[in-house]
Amino acid sequence: MDDTLGNGTTMEKGVLPDAPETSVRMSCRNINVFYGEKQAIYDVSLQIADRSVTALIGPSGCGKSTFLRCLNRMNDTIEGCRVEGEIMMEGKDINSPVIDPVLLRSRVGMVFQKPNPFPKSIYENIAYGPRIHGLAQGREDMDEIVEKSLRRAGLWEEVKDRLNLAGTSLSGGQQQRLCIARAIAVRPEVILMDEPCSALDPIATARIEELIDDLRKRYCIIIVTHSMQQAARVSQRTAFFHLGALVEVGDTDQIFTSPRDRRTEDYITGRFG
Amino acid sequence: MSDHIVSAFTEELERLSADILRMGGIVEEMIVDSCRAVLHNDLELAADVIERDPQVDRMEAEVERQIVSLIARRQPMAHDLRSVFAALKVSGELERIGDLSKNIGKRALNLDAAVFPAMRSGVARMAGPVSRQLHQVLNAYASGNAAEAKAVWETDDEIDQHYNALFREMLTYMIEDPRSISDGAHMLFMAKNLERIGDHCTNIAEFVFFQITGENLVQQDRPKL
Ligand SMILES: Nc1ncnc2c1ncn2[C@@H]1O[C@H](COP(=O)(O)OP(=O)(O)OP(=O)(O)O)[C@@H](O)[C@H]1O
Ligand SMILES: [Mg+2]
Repeated sequence: MDDTLGNGTTMEKGVLPDAPETSVRMSCRNINVFYGEKQAIYDVSLQIADRSVTALIGPSGCGKSTFLRCLNRMNDTIEGCRVEGEIMMEGKDINSPVIDPVLLRSRVGMVFQKPNPFPKSIYENIAYGPRIHGLAQGREDMDEIVEKSLRRAGLWEEVKDRLNLAGTSLSGGQQQRLCIARAIAVRPEVILMDEPCSALDPIATARIEELIDDLRKRYCIIIVTHSMQQAARVSQRTAFFHLGALVEVGDTDQIFTSPRDRRTEDYITGRFG
Repeated sequence: MSDHIVSAFTEELERLSADILRMGGIVEEMIVDSCRAVLHNDLELAADVIERDPQVDRMEAEVERQIVSLIARRQPMAHDLRSVFAALKVSGELERIGDLSKNIGKRALNLDAAVFPAMRSGVARMAGPVSRQLHQVLNAYASGNAAEAKAVWETDDEIDQHYNALFREMLTYMIEDPRSISDGAHMLFMAKNLERIGDHCTNIAEFVFFQITGENLVQQDRPKL
């Protein structure tokens, strides 16, 4: 059951119809999240496919970011936040005490809405992660990791002559690609992106989308976006959240042409719910 | 369905479907009138049908213009996307029906006034069921009734049977009296045009059904009579 993807609504527990031939990278079961007394996520079960892009959409405050942060235990860092349920990755529950959250976060990388390069050189921005995780044997090896990560993020040609410049000296779109390169550098399996293009212009957005499309051949990507068009363009599967619940998940084509749930329809067509 | 937050979007979609229905109404009359012109040898009415065709062409162009603009500005999704897609396809089908009706009108002008009345009424008999098909599928479009669209789609074989019967009937007249061959040939083309109008109605039914349900009517589902 864990290596199949459920299509359609997840309202009925234990029902996982139509299993496409994609393997599951992460499997979330009955996730509930609380901020103190207040519940933000209600009993969400979602299978996330490997080597593909899953888009999380839904109205502001519906819990997209909260859910995304469950996937690399970033909610641990939030005071009063409590996560219940099971998130399996390679046969292990990521919330189990044997899992080191720092290590987990190198395998499940994250890119935020606002590009947040460290106040260091471009080179150091990339090298930092591999260094603390001991991924490079010496300078030459590190140079290679830096170049490869920047190339994969589509930034190498633009910065190869100025690797010592501050990361913050780049344009917003370049900074976002730098952050993606930084996430890639530690060889993650999953990349979480929370509205990665909302601060970017259409050209920079197109470059990130092109990059996401390229990265999905290698990684499992989960992206939160407020743009229906972006979700339709970059993702293969789309999950619609509403009031903390997962209302509907399915192939992106299906969600945007024939959603099954009225709430999904109302949201993506811009109607009063 | 509730309204869009951007109310102009709702208005644009409503205008689009109103235009389609208006176009459909004109085309439906063209079918009926072209066949009435044949039945009564009414040359004026035939000429009038021919003159209505450019208006239908203009309406199709206008619908296309609206749709291109709407896609560019609104990027419709889900039911809206299906509505826009259906409007585009249906307007194309209606334009074809207009052409075929015009063609019947043109042939009506070329008939011998002394043609067998039975031949004229044969064609006119087929006009009823064909125009009813169109009427019903436009109703389904206007009311969002998927079952009604499917019903039209399922009864296309009846039109085909009408056509086959009429074909044999015309051949009989032509064999009986070779002087009727020229008119008979015109009549056969008219009958063929009506049969094709029936096919276009079936296509419209498929688009209407898709717009409403998001599902395709598949060929295997159609009962063979
Ligand atoms: N640190 C926090 N402390 C308390 N409540 C929080 C915290 N973060 C989020 N919430 C609440 O949890 C709910 C879900 O918020 P979340 O940020 O996950 O929504 P979202 O779908 O990402 O919204 P947006 O699209 O606006 O980013 C909201 O009601 C929010 O107020
Ligand atoms: Mg958020």
